[in-house]
Amino acid sequence: MRPAKRLGAIAFLLSCCALIGAEPARLPADQMAKAVKSDAISIPTPGELFAALEKPGKPNWVGQMRGPVATSYKNRAQIALNLGSLIADGFIAVEAKDSQQVKNIGTDIIKLAKALGVSENVLSRGNSINEFAENNEWDALQEELEATQNEVKSSMQTHRDQDLIILVSVGGWIRGTQAVSSAVMQNYDERAAKVLRQPALVSFIQSQLNEVSGDVKDEPLVKEVSGELPAVEKLVSFPPGKAPSADDVKKVNEAVGKIMTRIQAKEESK
Amino acid sequence: MKIRVFAAVALTIASAFAAPESDNEVSARKAALDLAGAFTNEGFKMRDGHWSGTIKPKEQALIAVNLYAGNQYWFSIGATESAKKIAVNLYDETGKLMQTESYNEGDKAAAGFSPTMSGQYYVMVELVEGDASSVCLVYSYK
Repeated sequence: MRPAKRLGAIAFLLSCCALIGAEPARLPADQMAKAVKSDAISIPTPGELFAALEKPGKPNWVGQMRGPVATSYKNRAQIALNLGSLIADGFIAVEAKDSQQVKNIGTDIIKLAKALGVSENVLSRGNSINEFAENNEWDALQEELEATQNEVKSSMQTHRDQDLIILVSVGGWIRGTQAVSSAVMQNYDERAAKVLRQPALVSFIQSQLNEVSGDVKDEPLVKEVSGELPAVEKLVSFPPGKAPSADDVKKVNEAVGKIMTRIQAKEESK
Repeated sequence: MKIRVFAAVALTIASAFAAPESDNEVSARKAALDLAGAFTNEGFKMRDGHWSGTIKPKEQALIAVNLYAGNQYWFSIGATESAKKIAVNLYDETGKLMQTESYNEGDKAAAGFSPTMSGQYYVMVELVEGDASSVCLVYSYK
């Protein structure tokens, strides 16, 4: 083989090796920035979060339940936030297999939904929740809670209350994160702690809150919740592959606990 | 895998609650639910939420999802009959292609994935063969 041809063959072989060894091209940042994000697919349900938490071992779900919350709020934004958090409570009660608590929460969910003037379809969900709880049908209950949340949001859309939809999701995410961080604190496990890493999710929630109409955005409670989220985003931005320490988890729990206290405070009325 | 940057399509969100679904969207959703139904036999719970849109040949739709380490997921895509072959891939938050279990049959496709890191991932749906189609994404977890 002539030297020039030999060199050409070597260069060809080297480039083949480089191609074989090369990592596939990554998605460019601008393409990822334009990805579709929506409440219906990009915000996980409390059920997903709790399923992940259970993998390393059954948490103390009973210990994560809270006492009854008020259902007499007048402010629609506050009702929506509390409705979301109550749905998360429903998931916790299902995980704890406490049928009476599920029924109590189901009743409260319907009360708050009524206060928002949602459709009859949602109200009929209350009966299903009771029936499934009576029969200890835990999987069906989880599906029913998820369906109730979606029905509430769908009804809000129909009634031109779309600004409240994100508030239901926010309430659910905050209460779910509060319960999960508390469970991890009680029995620290690195694998369980990893579920708390969700910086992009908090950032998305924040962007959704920024897009709500002026009336809702100017509500003191919404402003306060929105104002706390950047700090929460930092707290859940653990480096990839690194589990948060017990102290990190405690900080997350304190931050979301503070927001939850404000959401369920009774003086917020208008 | 070579990424077709030029075809990066960020489809306008047809949010689940935004507007009544067209017949094509309903058909695509039915196909996706049929496929996802198969995973419920293996203990997967179907998330009651979906994304619908339309893609043209060689175009892609990119949908952001937030996943939890420890869970297993199946992303099921259904399309209208005009789609002859669709593909679904998953990327992590840095844009790296993830290794997934895959299923592909005509107007349906699915990808199975178990994240070791919680966070944001991207589901890419691509119309490999066929004419412009309505597509629907649903996912299941356990």
